[in-house]
Amino acid sequence: MVKVMDIPEEEFIYPGTRACAGCSMALIYRIALKALGPNTIITVPASCLTVLHGMQGFCTTKVSVYHTPFATTGAAASGIVASLESKGLSDDINVVAFAGDGGTVDIGIQSLSGAVERGTNFIFACYDNEAYMNTGVQRSGSTPPGAFSTTTPEGKTGYKKNMAKIMEAHGIPYVATAISSYPLDLYEKFQRAKGITGSKYLHILAPCPPGWGYEPKNSIEIGRLAVQTGFWPLYEVIEGKFILSKDSRRFLDASKRKPIEEYCNSQKRFRKISKEEIENHKRYINDLWNEIGQRLEEI
Amino acid sequence: MYGGMSCESNNYGGGKISLTITEPKFKTLGQKTKILTGNHAAAHAIRQAKVGVISAYPITPQSPVVEKIAEFISKGKLDAKFVKVESEHSALAVCCAASVTGSRVATATSAHGLELMYEMLPWAAGNRLPIVINLATRSLGAPWSVWTDHSDFITIRDVGWIQFMCESNQEIYDTNIQAFKIAEDPQVFLPSVVAYDGYILSHTMMPVTLEDQQDIDAFLPPLKHHINLSDISQIKGVDPVTTPHIRNRGEEGTAPGYYEYRYALQKALENSIDIIQQVHDEFAQKFGRSYGNGLFKTEQVEDANVIIIAMGSVASQSKIVVKKLRREGLKVGLVSLKLFRPYPAKYLKELLKEKETIVVFDRDIGYGYEGVLCYELKSALYGLKKSPFIKGFIVGLGGRDVTNEHIIDGVNRALNQAKTGEISQTTEFLGLKLDQLSDYDESTFFEEVKK
Repeated sequence: MVKVMDIPEEEFIYPGTRACAGCSMALIYRIALKALGPNTIITVPASCLTVLHGMQGFCTTKVSVYHTPFATTGAAASGIVASLESKGLSDDINVVAFAGDGGTVDIGIQSLSGAVERGTNFIFACYDNEAYMNTGVQRSGSTPPGAFSTTTPEGKTGYKKNMAKIMEAHGIPYVATAISSYPLDLYEKFQRAKGITGSKYLHILAPCPPGWGYEPKNSIEIGRLAVQTGFWPLYEVIEGKFILSKDSRRFLDASKRKPIEEYCNSQKRFRKISKEEIENHKRYINDLWNEIGQRLEEI
Repeated sequence: MYGGMSCESNNYGGGKISLTITEPKFKTLGQKTKILTGNHAAAHAIRQAKVGVISAYPITPQSPVVEKIAEFISKGKLDAKFVKVESEHSALAVCCAASVTGSRVATATSAHGLELMYEMLPWAAGNRLPIVINLATRSLGAPWSVWTDHSDFITIRDVGWIQFMCESNQEIYDTNIQAFKIAEDPQVFLPSVVAYDGYILSHTMMPVTLEDQQDIDAFLPPLKHHINLSDISQIKGVDPVTTPHIRNRGEEGTAPGYYEYRYALQKALENSIDIIQQVHDEFAQKFGRSYGNGLFKTEQVEDANVIIIAMGSVASQSKIVVKKLRREGLKVGLVSLKLFRPYPAKYLKELLKEKETIVVFDRDIGYGYEGVLCYELKSALYGLKKSPFIKGFIVGLGGRDVTNEHIIDGVNRALNQAKTGEISQTTEFLGLKLDQLSDYDESTFFEEVKK
């Protein structure tokens, strides 16, 4: 179990990035790079992380970053890995793709699916802020039901894609969910992924103050609510074996979960959410945990 | 069939270098000469260029290129990583990423595959990545067609790539070897596409001399890239957002704006013409094969007053027509465009400044205007004191055969129009068979064919 003291003091992101105040993606990136270390090459599609990386003429990180067009993150990582393999360097360097939810579950899903189907030795990390935040809060396939976006002014209908499950169906050696509010868990998962050969996928929920409509100081608290309401279970699937993460274990007991209303009420994007959509959320959470319970029993 | 199993050398006259060309004959095929399709000639060139990474997706008529490469790798004849992607968009994205990681890379495609790559084409050019694409040309749907024309090749003319068109399988092999050297020249660093007519060359067997590996190695040394992310001691942020303005980086000097990047790209393309000729000449000296001046090939141009201009398969066909019409007393010559981008405008202007009539045959069309070769040539000759009469024709779209009769018809029509001096703005198609459609009506054709 990782302790705070185990996390390296060295920072891999220089101070003064262009990320918004309270951005949890910046926090996720910070923790991830500490776990990955200096022998890392990052590839990033068009996304909020492009903004964090700033303008031509500077490199915001202490590791190299290759920016690639929106749909190509999985392919770009494949190209870097293939080149490193042809040079005999692939064992020494982590190749990590960092994409937003649009770049993962929508426009990026094809090249990601192709890359993991080929068994590419890399980590794909999706930081999921549940809409196209970089372009001004348009809905994505990962936007939850009832959430306002500029293209769903009455709230989105239909649930969000369960991308972790889609990736699990590819039969890859490592799939995990995480969130910025539990940094030790996040750190440990990146460390674990780093040690596994093959395709690794991390889906990380990333609360977004301007997009979700809350005060920047509340990012950690809102992320915790996502876990505590059962909306965002933290788990790993290692070589097909399901492991419920420590911070989510007690929510297997439905009575321990906070009501989803508390989570929705904390964010302006759910201002117009209907009672029906709230019921849908409850059903979804219930089904999710029933399935988790079954999977734990099978072990 | 034109060209097919012909053993004629592709060495047109008019080049800067005069060399004695050994014309391969079937009876005396050298040990180095193999009978290969155009696709396999491309695959052998990629093998001998010792690429580090290949990424491709199958499409007719290109697929045999990458099948052959897969065979080379599985038999240990090529030590490369082949990333078998799920789309052409990913194929070129893999190539770009592998190139920034410092590898020599190649891919191959056709038609819709090239169009799917489109987003990545200006990306590769803007980042100055020396990627080589082999393009077996094919028409664009709808309706579906797998046969050749140059529509795909033409659509990528404005993205910053060097574009070559070949006329024989030997030229495909030779141009590929040269393309890597040109693309990787420190003064160039540009991606390039080596194109050849689908089926007509891609699937037709011809004798191809494959040079010894040590000679290719000496001609084409390993890539010394301007960027190499695999060297992790050099930390780089590649292709971040670039502003319209120059940016001050304090002690580290200034960073260019987007405008400066793109100016440099244009200059690199303009200046690459010299490198293209140098590399062509060096290749000719070393291996004894040349292709005009490396930019275009000419046939009996010097004393001609009528010039045919064409590219690829249409130029090959026109070569036969030139011989035929010469026998009939017409002073006709041919310019076969080998380099389409950067466009060798200056050289064409010098070559054609005193010609009377120019007939351009386009196996492509700039829809809504006219054949692209035609209007680009008109633009190139702008400002001549005495402008030649220029007439363009569309031929052979979607694999329609281009025959001697079509070319001769075009030449005659152009000469007649030149006599009257009447410049028609109507696009004329040769080889159309509207008369065989019983009730063709322009205004209802679209509805009729759906019935």
